[in-house]
Amino acid sequence: MRIGGATLAVLIALAVAAPWLGTVDPSLFDAASRDLTPGKAGEITTLEGETLRHTFVMGSDSFGRDIYSRVLYGTRVSLAVGLASALVALAFGVVLGLVAGYVRWLDGPLMRVMDGIMAIPAILIAIAVVALWRGSLSTVIVAIAIPEIPRVTRLVRSLVLSIREEPYVEAAVALGTPTWKIMFGHILPNTVAPLLVQGTYICAFSILVEAILSFLGVGLPPDIPTWGNIMAEGRVQFVAYPHNVFFPGIFLALTVLAVNILGDGLRDTLDPKMAKRV
Amino acid sequence: MTTLQIQGLSVALPSGGDRAHAVCDVSLEVNHGEIVCLVGESGSGKSVIAQAVMGLLPNTLPVTGGRILLEGEDLLSASAARRRQLRGARMTMIFQEPMTALNPVMTCGAQLDEVLTAHTTLPAAERRAKALNLLREVALPDPPRMLDSYPHQLSGGQRQRIMIAMALLLEPALLIADEPTTALDVTTQAQILALIVEIQKKRGMAVLFITHDFGVVAELAHRVAVLREGRLVELAARDEVLTRPRHEYTQMLIRSVPTLKPHGRPADASAEVVLETRNLSKTYVDRRWLRPAREVHAAADVSLTLRKGQTLGIVGESGSGKSTVARCIVRLIEPSGGEIRLRGTDIAAMRPRALRPLRQRVQIVFQDPYRSLNPRRTIGEAIIEGPINFGVSRHDALQRARRLLELVRLDPGSLGRYPHQFSGGQRQRICIARALALEPDLLVADEAVSALDVSVQAQVLELLEEIRGRLNLAMLFITHDLRVAAQVCDQVAVMQAGRIVEYGAAEQVFLEPRHEYTRALFAAAPGRNFAFATA
Repeated sequence: MRIGGATLAVLIALAVAAPWLGTVDPSLFDAASRDLTPGKAGEITTLEGETLRHTFVMGSDSFGRDIYSRVLYGTRVSLAVGLASALVALAFGVVLGLVAGYVRWLDGPLMRVMDGIMAIPAILIAIAVVALWRGSLSTVIVAIAIPEIPRVTRLVRSLVLSIREEPYVEAAVALGTPTWKIMFGHILPNTVAPLLVQGTYICAFSILVEAILSFLGVGLPPDIPTWGNIMAEGRVQFVAYPHNVFFPGIFLALTVLAVNILGDGLRDTLDPKMAKRV
Repeated sequence: MTTLQIQGLSVALPSGGDRAHAVCDVSLEVNHGEIVCLVGESGSGKSVIAQAVMGLLPNTLPVTGGRILLEGEDLLSASAARRRQLRGARMTMIFQEPMTALNPVMTCGAQLDEVLTAHTTLPAAERRAKALNLLREVALPDPPRMLDSYPHQLSGGQRQRIMIAMALLLEPALLIADEPTTALDVTTQAQILALIVEIQKKRGMAVLFITHDFGVVAELAHRVAVLREGRLVELAARDEVLTRPRHEYTQMLIRSVPTLKPHGRPADASAEVVLETRNLSKTYVDRRWLRPAREVHAAADVSLTLRKGQTLGIVGESGSGKSTVARCIVRLIEPSGGEIRLRGTDIAAMRPRALRPLRQRVQIVFQDPYRSLNPRRTIGEAIIEGPINFGVSRHDALQRARRLLELVRLDPGSLGRYPHQFSGGQRQRICIARALALEPDLLVADEAVSALDVSVQAQVLELLEEIRGRLNLAMLFITHDLRVAAQVCDQVAVMQAGRIVEYGAAEQVFLEPRHEYTRALFAAAPGRNFAFATA
């Protein structure tokens, strides 16, 4: 868990500090510096028309853009998409799950709708949503979050169903506690641990899906630097210039791995059974 | 002849526990043809000793000293392979929970057969014959059908008989029984205990019987070993220990065992009626497609009257409907018919909104102290929840909570602590305080002391009695334990299969039971004929 957390902390630091890490504006290009291999020096033209000397640590793409800058700025997008999708999916899933678990007559209809959503491949839903509205950051987040909502709903519902039978919930009923207070005061706090773990998995998956959508050309517009976009552009020249795909790929793999390790660690520490096992 | 010798056994606990050793320097012997009862409260280390003998200790509990000899052979220095040979063949164990001790996806026959194939080279037909013989010996009806049954098709008592048969398959010299009747109803328990005694006599086995129940000890022990926090405090013949206990801990334990005699306190028949149920019933309907619906009458025609300052006990075995009645009265479940009058107001069919103001009049304490408190809330929050729901200010509610903690003899300064920082008995006190915070007219105790150790149980019973007297509460006391009922109840209703079969003053029900089921219950109460030391 520490390794996952530390890697993630480094990635967040890189994303936040991107402008001060020897990067240039990721959308700048220079025809003179096309297809440079990693470590080569070249020049780049700013928006004001100035030409600067710049070392292309990770090389440049076929437009002459700095891959290093694009990958670092891409980290911002990926982490934001991962976190936001997880939050959106959790928020909707928790509310729906609580309702399904506590309002018995709504359970059947609601869960059948969820089953329906789960029957459609997540990528297809995402592509459809992005196709309906234009590809922007918020559309992509919503598109990735929607297929995750049924999973969270199911988890929360099952937790609610078992927790509502606990004697302390019955005691609260006997004490005259209103239903909404029982749901948010007694049941919800006891679902936090598994939800947190589920959240990290959604986060990791969302980062992957965002990259896939961008790679397929249905995600964020190509001028926004995301790992998926960089790889999509590099794909054509993959044989000649593998660094275009290699560096964003490494970052993507590392990030997803870090989030997953963090999730596994959280699951173990938050699980009372695991914690008790000495 | 000595079958099992335990000499100076010590087992370490992982560091950070409340004590260094799970078991410390315990020596005892079990002779051929003898039943030794190992008695102690929870956490005393009695199951650890059983596991050490069987070689089933987890790695976190290493044996740090002593020897365990089975028929002269040192078990602790034996190889894993040798121990595996001995397990099942020379020593065997039966467990508390007969459902989880049997594999639910294998037939009982296959599980019996597995033992024989693992240890013998008998052909299939002989293995089956042997298994059938044993099922007959443990008095199971229709042995061939039993062999083909899955565990869930059998009752708890039948499953425990299968376990015993399995344990006896290879004619072991030593049988370890770890609370084998604790999960069973009292009448089933009586049958299983009788079976164990009979088989032990017939085969001359040595039996190490682990229990927390002195009634069970009185039924079957030859000798008794009393454990306290991993140390052996007393080891002597049964009558010696039960009637003239030497160690003060044993004396305290035996004093805590409630007697079967009703307390004989006169009840005021003119006191105000707090609760009256008329023909209360709860029917579960299982609607099935294209087939007639199946109805289960969990409770039927239950009519009870409870007066202020008195305690009404509902006694019965599992599935008798006693908890259903309690939960209907608290309106945790909806009754299907009849009336529940709280000081004259019928609440049986009341809608939730109208019911809410009446909730504070009835409060309930549950059986399991570990699940009755929200683990993520401080006990202060738990106690003030009710008063705040009914409009008491936070400040006043907290003051009331402090007074209540004092009343249940807990430190009023511990309001900010979480449930896991308290023991089971303390948590049950907190639950009582939480129930009393609403100043109810009626307190329902649903098996409220059943999960507690006997000494803690005695304290909580005493506390409940004191509170009932001081606050002039009406108390509805649900229990399966006749001894507990005898100690606290003014009136007793005996339930069987959802109906009340006998209802009257405790004196009359206990001393002159009229219904045959009541008589059967008393006959099954372990240790009923034994005069425990009372001094």
